[in-house]
Amino acid sequence: MIHLIKIDSEFLREVGEIARFTGRFFREVIKPKQEWEEFINQCFWIGFKTLTLVGITAFIMGLVLTIQSRPTLLEFGAVSMLPAMVSVSLVREIAPVITALICAGKIGSGIGAELGSMRVTEQIDAMEVSGTNPFKYLVVSRVLASTLMVPLLSSLAIAISLYGGYLGVNIRGNVSWHLYWLQSFGALSYGDFIPSLIKTFFFGFAIGIVGCYKGYNSKKGTEGVGRSATSAVIVASLVVFIIDLIAVQVTDLLGLT
Amino acid sequence: MEKIKSIIEVKNLNKSFGSNHVLRDFSMEVVPGESLVILGKSGSGKSVLIKCIINLIEPDSGEIYVLGQNIRELDQDQMDKLRAEVGFLFQSNALYDSMTVRQNLEFPLRRHWTKEMRDLNAQSAVKEALEDVGLGHTIDMMPAELSGGMRKRIALARTLILKPKVILYDEPTTGLDPITAREISELMLRVQEKYKASSIIISHDMNCIRMTSDRVIMLIDGRNYISDTYENLQNIPDPKVREFFD
Repeated sequence: MIHLIKIDSEFLREVGEIARFTGRFFREVIKPKQEWEEFINQCFWIGFKTLTLVGITAFIMGLVLTIQSRPTLLEFGAVSMLPAMVSVSLVREIAPVITALICAGKIGSGIGAELGSMRVTEQIDAMEVSGTNPFKYLVVSRVLASTLMVPLLSSLAIAISLYGGYLGVNIRGNVSWHLYWLQSFGALSYGDFIPSLIKTFFFGFAIGIVGCYKGYNSKKGTEGVGRSATSAVIVASLVVFIIDLIAVQVTDLLGLT
Repeated sequence: MEKIKSIIEVKNLNKSFGSNHVLRDFSMEVVPGESLVILGKSGSGKSVLIKCIINLIEPDSGEIYVLGQNIRELDQDQMDKLRAEVGFLFQSNALYDSMTVRQNLEFPLRRHWTKEMRDLNAQSAVKEALEDVGLGHTIDMMPAELSGGMRKRIALARTLILKPKVILYDEPTTGLDPITAREISELMLRVQEKYKASSIIISHDMNCIRMTSDRVIMLIDGRNYISDTYENLQNIPDPKVREFFD
């Protein structure tokens, strides 16, 4: 029982610390003199360097989803609905969430490990004594880059996965390029695209802030760096699901489903 | 301009980590041009003391004056400006391992120099600092490609780039072989002479202390136990002092 109370208080303390860290992010982001050069550098590392992984995963995701869904729809005589079903699933849920989970793994762990090793080797302290604000240089630039890049990656993942879906439909069937896209987009509305896009900004922000928090507050040498990277992935992935759950509820309440 | 009597003055400094009382009413001062060594056992609070001086660690109580300014009364902007006058050589060197030597040296300039100044003078400033430490040829190398001694020199070059009035050295020869340690001590002396900077050196390397110190403070039980020249301390019969010399 005492052990459970201790775990609970640890958890609450961590939540409080992340909230404080996020508060500091907003205070620093509105102060003038942003580190634009570092922000662009991070956009390259977070966005461009994750593109191949997201692209391949998205393609396979679209292909597999289509192939797996086909027998069930065939059973109900609704195989002509395949492009519409695949596009709605991919746009609303699967592509944004899978992209965010890939980013939580790659970006979250990367940021956690990078900032963690900088912390334990006193590089962050060295920045501070040189008069540079390490929070702004390291954290603000990475969180902003992640917030901007994850929606872009998610949008690209949607496009690539829909293309994967087109190939999937044509493995067993014969649907023309024009008809496939007509059916796919015919089933979609702004109410599918906009909430999906908006939630990816929150995913990106959460991945960036959790990765930075874990790395920036890393302790206990190299062991701590490993822990920071691992827990950044776990916490960021969990937060992605929580945001997704909230986003679905909000979308439902607003009648956008 | 009014001449400052003390470059650094610490008054009744206290710092604890939980129940571990590291610094107890510690006081000291450094006069212009002086090279002061803080000597103490591992874990005695030497590094904590200089980290308090540069405001990396907040003390529990006490006053710290750096170049005449009470650092506990400064806002962030004022503190950053003051930090341009104070160089800090970390025990671990703390070189930015994702940047080249040039980028490492240019990094402190980005906050304290305008873009125009950087475009005009950064290259020559980097070159001068690297030549001061005898490593001009490493300019485009990465820290991982350098030996321990070279990394220490590059870290020193980075602290010199803004021409600080005071340099804080955190165990500058720890982890180096005796020959490299001696070279680093000699380099510190040359730098001291060229830049006319005052310095605080945290060390328990007796050779380094003998070569570089004008005065030595022994930090024992969190207090300024004794302060004297290296030569005088050698002849003091106090057992706590003898521990370091015998």
